[in-house]
Amino acid sequence: MVAVSSLIGTIKDIFIKRESSNRIDKSFTNPISIRKNEEDIKIEVKDLSFYYGKFRALKNINVKIPAKKITALIGPSGCGKTTLLRCFNRMHDLYPGFKYEGAIILYPDGINIVDMKVDLLDLRRKIGMVFQKPNPFPKSVYENVAYGLRVNGVKNKKIIQEKVEWALRSAGLWEEVKDRLNTNAYNLSGGQQQRLCIARAIAIEPEILLFDEPTSALDPISTGKIEELIIELKEKLTIIIVTHNLQQAARVSDYTGFMYLGELVEFNRTDKIFTNPQNKLTEDYVTGRFG
Amino acid sequence: MLAVFFTAGFITIFITVGIVYVLLSDAFKFFQVVSLKEFLTQKEWTPVFATKKFGIWPLVAGTFLIAAIAMVVSIPLGLLIAIYLSEYASVRVKEIAKPIIEFLEAVPTVVYGYFTLLFVTPILQKIIPNLEAFNSLAPGIVLGFMILPYTASMAEDAMKGVPQRIREASYALGATKLRTATHIILPAAVSGVVAGFILGASRAIGETMVVAIAAGMYPNLTLDPREPIQTMTGYIVQVALGDLPYGSIEYLSIFAVGLALFIIAFVFNSIALWLRSRIREIY
Amino acid sequence: MSKDRKKNSLKSDIIYPIVGFIALLLVISFMITLVLDIFIDGFEKLKDPSFYISYPSRFPEKAGILSGWVGTLLVMLGAIFWSLLIGIPAGIYLEEYAKKRGFLGKIETIIEVNINNLAAVPSIIYGLLALGIFVYRFKFGESILTAGLTLSILMLPVIVVNTREAIRRIPRDIREGAYAVGATKWDTVRDHILPYSLGGILTGLIIAASRAIGETAPLITIGALTFIAFLPPSPFTTEFPFLSYERALEALMSPFTVLPIQIFNWVSRPQAAFQINAAAAGFILLVLTVLMNALAYYLRQKVRRKYIW
Repeated sequence: MVAVSSLIGTIKDIFIKRESSNRIDKSFTNPISIRKNEEDIKIEVKDLSFYYGKFRALKNINVKIPAKKITALIGPSGCGKTTLLRCFNRMHDLYPGFKYEGAIILYPDGINIVDMKVDLLDLRRKIGMVFQKPNPFPKSVYENVAYGLRVNGVKNKKIIQEKVEWALRSAGLWEEVKDRLNTNAYNLSGGQQQRLCIARAIAIEPEILLFDEPTSALDPISTGKIEELIIELKEKLTIIIVTHNLQQAARVSDYTGFMYLGELVEFNRTDKIFTNPQNKLTEDYVTGRFG
Repeated sequence: MLAVFFTAGFITIFITVGIVYVLLSDAFKFFQVVSLKEFLTQKEWTPVFATKKFGIWPLVAGTFLIAAIAMVVSIPLGLLIAIYLSEYASVRVKEIAKPIIEFLEAVPTVVYGYFTLLFVTPILQKIIPNLEAFNSLAPGIVLGFMILPYTASMAEDAMKGVPQRIREASYALGATKLRTATHIILPAAVSGVVAGFILGASRAIGETMVVAIAAGMYPNLTLDPREPIQTMTGYIVQVALGDLPYGSIEYLSIFAVGLALFIIAFVFNSIALWLRSRIREIY
Repeated sequence: MSKDRKKNSLKSDIIYPIVGFIALLLVISFMITLVLDIFIDGFEKLKDPSFYISYPSRFPEKAGILSGWVGTLLVMLGAIFWSLLIGIPAGIYLEEYAKKRGFLGKIETIIEVNINNLAAVPSIIYGLLALGIFVYRFKFGESILTAGLTLSILMLPVIVVNTREAIRRIPRDIREGAYAVGATKWDTVRDHILPYSLGGILTGLIIAASRAIGETAPLITIGALTFIAFLPPSPFTTEFPFLSYERALEALMSPFTVLPIQIFNWVSRPQAAFQINAAAAGFILLVLTVLMNALAYYLRQKVRRKYIW
């Protein structure tokens, strides 16, 4: 009997869209009114812990990420900076065995990102991502940028055309590719591919853009271009960038968080972190004593 | 969409369930007429005679005799080739040899049947004077070649899978390539190599057309490879060729034989899968 | 003594490659002999154009393979249709949707093991399945429809395995890139997983089809006829809508023969003249198999070069 009822339950699971498996504290699901002094806060992380199976990869993270600024996450490899970044657009949900505790509040809507009831498609439309290795689709340059628009329901050809051009211009790629929009994205150089991925991400006009070590696979010249681009993009959206390159964090970011063993050790204005860190660990890391 | 995809996956289970159901239900009807005891203990198989006898041993013996001959041909030949390809051959030789070996299994078996009956047997008859036109030797030899993709190719894959450091450790002690291959690599890859042999044997047991064409249609409890015999698959073909009424005892008998064949193939395949899963555990 | 050992060891490394190469040559000459034998035996018929457009006959010199190759074509079309219909979604499910946990995970494991096992079931057992289910229980009869379904079950494991391998080659970056711009799972499968794995899936299909086209035993079991002196009715008509449902159904339900069955039938005849026909048809079948395998090999190389992840 048990087997039968569990079979029925399973079949229900398959045919009826999964509602949720409630692991989240209900108190965070209600929209939170925005107070004046929080107007410039885009994301507020509250007591966030994250588990891969039984392993607790993030431990009680608390941080407020300012709007239209660049926030860098630094730390030695394995410290959880990429794990934290991938919580913001719930990329972890693609693989089994994830569990969130705590809350990540997205302003101004006041929704809790890690609530299982959140519409992931809507969330990922608002929070774009650029990956470590350039990962354009093996399609044309044009199709790569248009893809996000298409899956979000934009059908009007003219609008798509305009948005693609706008995104490619914003990514500083338009002049280089305008004559070969139909060429396969794999024919572009590594740096161009990464800027194409940025164009793909901004074409749907997200509010936040996540960068996961976006220049680690690129040469110094391409890296420079991407960094300039990131700084330009700050006018339009909030940026969070994970980097293991301290100089890069110092060059581009306004705020920096230092993470170590799954904890956010210190978060402050970037100049403070690099010139006057409060924590001994942070100091050791930014001065190159470990990591 | 998820439901569609899941259903497709689930249908594959229905196929197995269908096989088991069909074999069991019709075999069950068969065993209501012929006792399981007779089926398993009698030594004669004469379903088309006036006095019908249903002892499966002649068919099982024929099946295993041919598979054994195939293995006698295939194991030494396969090992020789596997060691050569994995330890000695240049990339170019491998690039040519591998597709040819793999193609041995792609040749339509009815073509092998033709070749066995009208080419291999006549040649063997010149060497072995009292070899009959239908015999188990010729099909056994041809099947030995046919299953080389399992005995040679899979063995080579298993040997290639042995980490290079183990090879280098042996060379560093001054061992020759051959000694390294036979004393170090082969023992290390033994699970994969044996799994290949077993899958090959299973393939030879289940093969139908070569034996139906060239081994004869004579249920014969013998170990003499020169005589005509009948295999389990050969019997099913023989019965299916005639126009049998649905539900007759001959019709039902092919499901009983099919069930026995399915069980044998299932056991062989399970052993092979178990052996292959062991390789993954080691490295 | 140590000198002796050295000599021996060197010898073994010189002799072995020669022995191994001879073993390999033996296999290659086996293959060449096979091809030459049936080519030479069947040459007389192969060069005779009427062989290709004649029906079977009890006079060997008049007998041809028309109904055989038409039957093979129709049965294969059916087999390809059914095996793709089940095989591709099943492969996609196991790679992209499977949860691999809990009760559903157990079912998935069963599906997976089951597909591995299906690949090792002797083909004649599939014939018995088809005889018991399609012919008698579903009452499809000894028809082209039954034959196509039977061969599709044989092709299924190969197609599932190849679909999964092709999908697995797509890096997870690509999936994440799609999800990151708000694509649903189905968007991702339709726009990325399927198009990028299509080459690999096609390769698997051709390999599976090349095996199925030579299959004889399961079709004997379901009652393929050896003597068919007519073709199934063409479903196409001269009047609008140019397609007749009744006639298509009639074609699906008509009795059939295929090339391998013709060969088997001719081999079993005592007259040597029929064996020439068997050799000729066998050579045609062999050429088809070689072509299909070569095409699969070429496609695989091409796909590997197209998507260098």
